[in-house]
Amino acid sequence: MTEIRSVCVVGAGAIGSLFAGHLGSVVDAKVLVRRKEHETVLNRDGLRVSGKSALQTSVQASTDPTKLGRVDLVIIATKASAVEEAAEQLTGHFPNAIVMTVQNGLGCEDVVARYGQWPIISSITFMSGTRHSDSHVEYELDTETWLGPWPAGSAHTGTANVVADLITRSGLKAKAFADVRPAQWSKLIFNSVVNSVGAVTNLPHLKAFAKRERISDLGNLVFEMMQEGKAVAEAQGIELYEDPWEMNVKAVSHGATGQDAYAHVFSMLSDVRARRATEIDWLTGAIVRQATALGVPVPIHEALFGLVKGLEHSWKEQKGHKVL
Amino acid sequence: MKICIVGCGAIGSLFAAHLAKLNDVEVWAFDQDKKHIDAIRAGGLRISGKSNLHTYPDATTDPSAIPACDFGIVATKSLHTRPAIESTARIFADGAVCSVQNGVGNEEIIAEYVPRVIRGTTFPAGHMVEPGHVEQDTGGKSWIGPFEPKPASMAEVEVLATLLTGSGMETLAMEDSRGAQWTKLIFNAATNPVGALTGLAHGVACDVPALRKLISGLVAEGVAVAESLGIELDSDPEKLVDHAREVAYHHKASMLQDVLVRRSTEVAALNGGIVTFGQKSGVRTPLNQAIWALMEGLEHSWTLTK
Repeated sequence: MTEIRSVCVVGAGAIGSLFAGHLGSVVDAKVLVRRKEHETVLNRDGLRVSGKSALQTSVQASTDPTKLGRVDLVIIATKASAVEEAAEQLTGHFPNAIVMTVQNGLGCEDVVARYGQWPIISSITFMSGTRHSDSHVEYELDTETWLGPWPAGSAHTGTANVVADLITRSGLKAKAFADVRPAQWSKLIFNSVVNSVGAVTNLPHLKAFAKRERISDLGNLVFEMMQEGKAVAEAQGIELYEDPWEMNVKAVSHGATGQDAYAHVFSMLSDVRARRATEIDWLTGAIVRQATALGVPVPIHEALFGLVKGLEHSWKEQKGHKVL
Repeated sequence: MKICIVGCGAIGSLFAAHLAKLNDVEVWAFDQDKKHIDAIRAGGLRISGKSNLHTYPDATTDPSAIPACDFGIVATKSLHTRPAIESTARIFADGAVCSVQNGVGNEEIIAEYVPRVIRGTTFPAGHMVEPGHVEQDTGGKSWIGPFEPKPASMAEVEVLATLLTGSGMETLAMEDSRGAQWTKLIFNAATNPVGALTGLAHGVACDVPALRKLISGLVAEGVAVAESLGIELDSDPEKLVDHAREVAYHHKASMLQDVLVRRSTEVAALNGGIVTFGQKSGVRTPLNQAIWALMEGLEHSWTLTK
């Protein structure tokens, strides 16, 4: 594995901006954007990172991959629903690059692999930030990004180590695994449950998500649904890295989220409130698909999947679109 | 003959207005909604839509103003059953009280306060247009029968059925009215919350495959609980779901209407009822339990300040 000297981030939302803003301090950082004015602002002002880091880096931005020159590592940081479009745009470019996906959920690697022969690194990130403008992102939760070779592709553990090392040198936190699926599935189960339950109830991550006193308490639903997810992981021989229920209990009882007034608003709930398409297909839907393939019953996942689909449908209804 | 309607919202008003047509019956309408009661006292009770009536029941917000009655008809939301019967129990010390409410568990509460109870289920529905005026949206029958643990006599049940039918509300007296009650319960518990949680009208929800599957899952659990209790359903709730899709495609379930104005829902008497009875007879109801928790979660979200 040769040294990584230039990185291209695709999709400069909060996570993408955090990667580009940090990596720009150790290698050439490039950003593939969708909007022309985004390109102009980034090329003129660079990226400023505030919060847990204080950085100002120059980046090379373009809406056209051919204008970005040589790239050794591509980080696809779009929403899951935009990965297909991003991968399509990369077709035929950066033939020697490694591609890393950082989406919530499952199945984005398969999408990328349909558009090129790149070695693929799977990753999940626990860091978070707020994008204040095209050229300014605030680094909030300085938690780790976990990554490993996508088992169906040609990347090796050594590749993952090199990428993790680079990310760490840039000031972010990263950890390489030979097999990232145990970590990925821990987070997938956690996310597919709390995101869909939050989206349907309009609740942020309150203590109620872990309360199991009365039979109708929300914690019972969260617990039972996580049991379903764990059964799906087990049926694939995946030993979870962390118990999703414990992740849930920890998340509602520690730090800022320990107080209901500061409870975390899940990304899916933000999408529902803004009436944007959600990531349900890549989270709860991904577990339903895997479970169906394996013959594991997941009735509660199916219920929540249907309810979120129904919510998305209701916005189309209100806009006067034709049903289905 | 004296009859008191306890809870005179849309459904209670349908009963009060119809019964007040009868010459030999004194009808009392009791409710906490002062505007509605004042309007009835001032100008009578009007029903439009499927029925066209203008009658003059006695109306009050004060239970102590009501004389002892032969029959009570409880038509409050199931959330208010206990306070409603608690404040009116004296009136029925020597009478029989019939619930025509949604869900299960209301008769059990009523039986804690009065000597003789009738289990009832009613299909007519309506909505309040303004104080003193209710629009009847749907017609349909009512089914009543003795509530076994603390029953009214079959003779009493027949008297009430005859009065209601004579007033224009077709009512069947049955030895066992649980079949009708559970058929409606299972239908409502499977369809109402799905609309309430997604914002979709009934027919539209039925056309989203994952939701239609959820409805069937909820129905199957309810049917299993009814079977475990030895209840023979009136009709197949699955067929009711499909029928409602045909005749009420754009209907927004009452629970969705509650959610839209952030009013507490009857989920505890519907899905909660199925879960609770299932627990007693050892039938698992994970989907109804999930729906109950989601609805309570949604109601909880209204109490949060943004």
